[in-house]
Amino acid sequence: MKRFAVPVIVFAGLLALLAVGLKLDPRRVPSPLIGKPAPAFEASSLHDPSRQLSLADLHGKVALVNVWASWCASCRQEHPYVRELARRGVPVYGIDYKDARADAVDWLNTLGNAYVATVFDPRGRIGLDWGVYGVPETFVLDANGVVRHKHIGAIDDRSLEDEILPLVRRLRAEATK
Amino acid sequence: MTPARTLRTALAALALAWAAAAMAAGTTYYRFDNARQQARYDRLTEELRCLVCQGESIADSHADLAKDLRDQVHEMVAAGKTDRQVIDFMVDRYGNFILYRPPVEPATWLLWGGPFLLLCLAAAVALARARRSRVEPVRALDEEERRRLGDALSRHHGRQGRS
Repeated sequence: MKRFAVPVIVFAGLLALLAVGLKLDPRRVPSPLIGKPAPAFEASSLHDPSRQLSLADLHGKVALVNVWASWCASCRQEHPYVRELARRGVPVYGIDYKDARADAVDWLNTLGNAYVATVFDPRGRIGLDWGVYGVPETFVLDANGVVRHKHIGAIDDRSLEDEILPLVRRLRAEATK
Repeated sequence: MTPARTLRTALAALALAWAAAAMAAGTTYYRFDNARQQARYDRLTEELRCLVCQGESIADSHADLAKDLRDQVHEMVAAGKTDRQVIDFMVDRYGNFILYRPPVEPATWLLWGGPFLLLCLAAAVALARARRSRVEPVRALDEEERRRLGDALSRHHGRQGRS
């Protein structure tokens, strides 16, 4: 019996390691932007091409930056949660990623525009600076404009209640200190 | 047609088919001022991993993001940026994950050292086992054993003689 003990323990260890590995989602690549100031941008507003938007527009408050596109199916699925966030008083800014202006405006007219403002990024240049590799992605910025969290994929009930709203509350408490 | 001409025609057709296949695959050809920049571009895009289809480099991947990153590498190389600047640009945005060869740092020690660690472990186990199963040294027979061996042998030979 004793001669099997070591192989069995080694095997169990390997099994545990592989089980943990299976649970990890390789699609969720950690962002190097966490803890760093949000990348600057300067681009036109989706609704008004003559209006320039920049990072300064969302400075000074805890805010969400949601990267979306009208061609993205999970963005459509996510949109009710963006509206829910706005309803609960969290300012959400949009980056319309690699999209056509008319399609994006249509999309917002149909689904309801919950964004404080949306910046138009037709070539994905802002997306590249923000390390976006798929839509939707959502960044949580603190009052100093530092990226504190990145949510990859669509926001759902669980990520809204357990992840984003508690973090927003914490960052707001931090800001008033 | 002479054989040489036939061969030439066949080669031209092959080259054309190759080019058509490459274009069908959606490959964009980038222009560079010189062959060195082209070589650097080729090497850099092979070193960078596509974050969408994670098993492919951005040189191989057909994902939209890979094309954007190829554009970016092309732009930077053509603008005279160094390899280091291109790599840093990518890592700043996408993290070490984008590198097929991540730098050696505390978070990647296990990644780099793991195989050697396992090799050392395996060697240690093999060594320990070899030592344990080593053959007992040969000992000379004592008087009693010698006598019994002699008896047995003579009995055996006796039997052989009779048959």
